[in-house]
Amino acid sequence: MQIDELIDNFSFFDGWEDKYKYLIELGNKLPHLSDDKKTAEWKVPGCQSQVWIIPHYEKQHIYFEGDSDAIIVRGIIAVVFIIFQDKSAQEILNIDVEEIFDKLGLRDNITQNRRSGMLSMVDKIRYYATQSLGK
Amino acid sequence: MFNANDIRKDFPALSRLVDGRRNTYMDTAASAQKPLAVLNRIQKMYIEEYANVHRGSYWLSERATENYERARQTVAQFINAKDKREIIFTRNATEGINLVAATWGQYNLKAGDEVLLSRAEHHANLVTWQQWALKTGAILRYFDLAEDGSFIFENFKNALSERTKIVAVTAMSNVLGTLFPVKQISTEAHKVGAKVLIDACQFAVHKKIDVADFDCDFLAFSGHKVYGPTGIGVLYGKYDLLAEMSPYQFGGDMIEHVSYDKTTFALPPARFEAGTPAIVQAVGLGAALEYVMQYDFNDIEAYEKELINYTTDKLSNIPNLKIIGTASDKGGVFSFDIKGIHPQDLAFVLGKEGVAIRTGHFCAEPIVNLLGYNSLARASLGIYTTKEDVDEFINALNKAINFFK
Repeated sequence: MQIDELIDNFSFFDGWEDKYKYLIELGNKLPHLSDDKKTAEWKVPGCQSQVWIIPHYEKQHIYFEGDSDAIIVRGIIAVVFIIFQDKSAQEILNIDVEEIFDKLGLRDNITQNRRSGMLSMVDKIRYYATQSLGK
Repeated sequence: MFNANDIRKDFPALSRLVDGRRNTYMDTAASAQKPLAVLNRIQKMYIEEYANVHRGSYWLSERATENYERARQTVAQFINAKDKREIIFTRNATEGINLVAATWGQYNLKAGDEVLLSRAEHHANLVTWQQWALKTGAILRYFDLAEDGSFIFENFKNALSERTKIVAVTAMSNVLGTLFPVKQISTEAHKVGAKVLIDACQFAVHKKIDVADFDCDFLAFSGHKVYGPTGIGVLYGKYDLLAEMSPYQFGGDMIEHVSYDKTTFALPPARFEAGTPAIVQAVGLGAALEYVMQYDFNDIEAYEKELINYTTDKLSNIPNLKIIGTASDKGGVFSFDIKGIHPQDLAFVLGKEGVAIRTGHFCAEPIVNLLGYNSLARASLGIYTTKEDVDEFINALNKAINFFK
């Protein structure tokens, strides 16, 4: 799925119920990480739920795997991956993710608190991208 | 007379819609909303009475100093301290505890000395002593609570020894709600010559602090949790003890005499209030405490007891919900876990229903992990919490549970 399609899908929802149901559906499609991958190394700092994101560098692009113990958060990871998946490091860094969250109507959930793990998920992805540029 | 429905109207934020919904604020344990009296006092101070304190000899500065020092007197009254010089204004309880650790702790803790904490301490208390134990070579010891969160006096007593130099405990756990018998803790600690520091952040919201009765050596709390402004907190210390302690920070207003080579320091509390203090915040805190003190704490406690029972009954009827912390002597804090629903997911849905709860480890990660969780949900009560708030909270919980089915 592309981000425009996602924004389109989200625009049909009125209440939070439908939006969250759809997020949970997206999260359900996200493969679970095996327990041996849920290590401190890949953990995204945040105190409200556990989130892990693992980058894979292939050719010029970065692919991500991720998981969380909270289901709406898994949906948010799925959204974040639709935004950032299969892009070059530079493309990742060029994305104005807050604008996209705004269009999706998820700003409240994602940008509420950097320490709560939602936006620090994005910080982590940007960190991996920056790191790969420096290599 | 005490009536929570009327009190609720004194707090402008609670009458406003939040994202189009009734504001059901169940997160007072994290920070309390502010009554109009506090907001008005802050504005009046800035407009009519503002200047720096302890410096100018003009009318505004004298008024500001008078108000700032009157706030100190109000705090002394609030905690029943006999001498207002025993009240130090800090940023918050965290800074108060850090002040004690960095001044008293630094010079009194030696390798092999022990610092005794409960297993349920907030990071403000736990991390501070943990780090100063590392710096000084002192040993950090913990005593266990019962599985239901109850305080077990024997556990505390057994962990106490001649090596214990300070007992640093909460008066009410922010996770379990458990009330600690602070007076008995002090008596027992003093028998072995240990000092006692009480973290009264949660306690201050629910119960009457009485340092004369507690006989604690230090006590800290934050202004923002007792309906006051952020950026202001209180450290109480017995005067003789404070008088022996070195300064925490250096700068203006804490000195007696300064030359190019040396400085002599002012007596407490000035010694511990370097630089321009949070003047208006202190006065705002005074207004908040005056607001609380217009009510009899017996009435506040009686009402809360009723509301605790009401909330406990309602929560107990929800299938798969486990209340974490069910000590018979507890304050208005309800940590809970719902089987199969992550607290973060729950908080998202409750937030959409206008219900504010806290999720996570509540800055007390070790005890939450010890109880077998990574994250919990927590609802907490304040002076303005009504039965309607509890009902709204319970309705939202049921709605969330249905949603995640």
